[in-house]
Amino acid sequence: MSAIMDNKREASLVGNGLFPSKDVMLDLKNLKKVYPTPKGDYVVLEDLNLQIRKEEFVTIIGHSGCGKTTMLSMIAGLNPISGGNISVLGKHIKGPGPDRGVIFQAPSLMPWMTTLQNVMLGVNQVFPHASKAQRTDIAKYYLQKVGMEDSFNKRASELSQGMQQRVGIARAFAIKPKVLLLDEPFGMLDSLTRGELQDILIEIWNKEKITAVMITHDVDEAIFLADRVVMMTSGPKAKIGDILNIDFERPRTRKSVLEHNDYYKYRKHLIDFLEH
Amino acid sequence: MKQSLTLGKVTKFMGLGFLSTLKDLFTGKLDKEDFKTFLRKTVVPIASILLFIGLWHMGAKSLYNIEANHKIEKALTDQGQEAADALRACIASGESGCQPNTLPSPSQVWDSYKSLLRDHNIIAADKAAFIEKTAALNETRIAQGLDPITYTGRPSFVDQIFRSLKTVFAGFLLALFIAVPVGIFIGLSPTLKSAFNWFIQIFKPVSPVVWYLLVFMIVKTLLIGSNEDSSFTISFISVGLCSMWATLVNTAMGVSSVDKDYINVAKVLKLGNFQKIFKVVLPSSLPLIFTGLKITLSVAWMVLIAIELLAQSPGLGLFVWEEFQNGANDSNAKIIVAMFVIGIIGFLLDRLMLTIQNWVSFDKTDAI
Repeated sequence: MSAIMDNKREASLVGNGLFPSKDVMLDLKNLKKVYPTPKGDYVVLEDLNLQIRKEEFVTIIGHSGCGKTTMLSMIAGLNPISGGNISVLGKHIKGPGPDRGVIFQAPSLMPWMTTLQNVMLGVNQVFPHASKAQRTDIAKYYLQKVGMEDSFNKRASELSQGMQQRVGIARAFAIKPKVLLLDEPFGMLDSLTRGELQDILIEIWNKEKITAVMITHDVDEAIFLADRVVMMTSGPKAKIGDILNIDFERPRTRKSVLEHNDYYKYRKHLIDFLEH
Repeated sequence: MKQSLTLGKVTKFMGLGFLSTLKDLFTGKLDKEDFKTFLRKTVVPIASILLFIGLWHMGAKSLYNIEANHKIEKALTDQGQEAADALRACIASGESGCQPNTLPSPSQVWDSYKSLLRDHNIIAADKAAFIEKTAALNETRIAQGLDPITYTGRPSFVDQIFRSLKTVFAGFLLALFIAVPVGIFIGLSPTLKSAFNWFIQIFKPVSPVVWYLLVFMIVKTLLIGSNEDSSFTISFISVGLCSMWATLVNTAMGVSSVDKDYINVAKVLKLGNFQKIFKVVLPSSLPLIFTGLKITLSVAWMVLIAIELLAQSPGLGLFVWEEFQNGANDSNAKIIVAMFVIGIIGFLLDRLMLTIQNWVSFDKTDAI
């Protein structure tokens, strides 16, 4: 029980932004989102503070409609900020950009392009000065990492959902973003494929160590992937409710995580929060 | 992965699937289930064509009798019994001068079709002989910097078909080059959309005849002093302007309704405008653009006849009009021949567009 008490204490500290600023990759300060409606303003997020350190993997869970996706798309720059600010390495963001790669819930590959062309679309944009051969190598490298080496020239429309999302992962890593934003990327997949893709994601992440923020509905997924699990309160006026540190060693395997003594403690903590 | 290209796949791709069923029948590859599809897809259409020809034949016959009786009656009251008997005998003998003028029967139409082809062969031979005869002379004329002598004889029916096709393709290309870029701009920018919307709404329903008159007013003035064939210019521009609206509206709609996910990807990757349009927006709206182009081509072919007639452009439209004015014995049959030719070419143009659409579309679930 005491471990959880410690966690709670740290959560309150983290919420106030007490990490040394040189360690902070992503900083959300007093973030607010308001949607105007005919019946007055609807406040989705209010006074939301969150700091995410470099090379940290954070998962966010909360009830449907609590504003998780709104928050993520604000970090991506796809959704305007109503109040407060978001900064990456101390610089306020202005609109979307390739320093924040996104893996969307739907794979969102261009169906008229091949897998390689889909990845190249981003690579060309981020490495304009590299030679064509170098850029192709980068794209191929990441496609190999996600196990798509046999499908470079397949059209995206010919692939299954799971395969498409693999390409989505390759596309996001290939542009070497500072922050990786994942919006329930495996939500549409069956549980077997989901497990496969989690393994692929964590394997490639272990190598690249790109700061990652991932939304999920799946408690086990949240624990398996994360260094910290952020729990959001239900909206309106959602904010950070609690933060749970996951102290498993990396690299992790699914087996070692499931057999770890603390696993069920973490799980109970999250479920208690969600059911409260 | 190399896939073999069979006749069946090609015909299905072109929307002519019944042809492959026909082939299967002759090669003996049909089983019972296939036979049912064969009945439905091949036998039934053929039966309905035969039924149509039968009804047409009977209808033409009864119209013929009404017209003949009326003529004889008229001769009787105007000129007396003797003239009426002479006319009756003349009609019965099948002499062309006194035949009643009404809907021609299928066999008359077929005969006219053959006579038009004969006529074409004669004219084509004549033209070839002329070109051969003047070849040497033209060479020296060109060497001297003079215009070569060209054949100025009457165009044959086939020449007129090609003239019409040329006009419709020129008009179609004009529509394509105006409507697609304008449609893209309108679709991308809500400001441009509100600026142009009234324009589209007002000019879209304007009749082909009025478009022709408008183009005539402008082109006539622009071409003063040049000895260019203005009837062709006027008719293809009119055809283009009449038919471009479907493509314009569909392109604008396709461009403004690109899947939001794709636009988000483009935003996250910070694609430039050029890249965004050519790599994301255009490919994604191609299906709608092609639907528009298909409508444009069929509208172009439909209004072409009326516009050629007005512009005196020697294509199928003028052919129909001249035959109508001509009032010769086989004129009506020739008009019906032209009707079928127009219909069949219209159908083939539609298939052509469908084939190109399947070719470029990314959604190749059951194509080659």
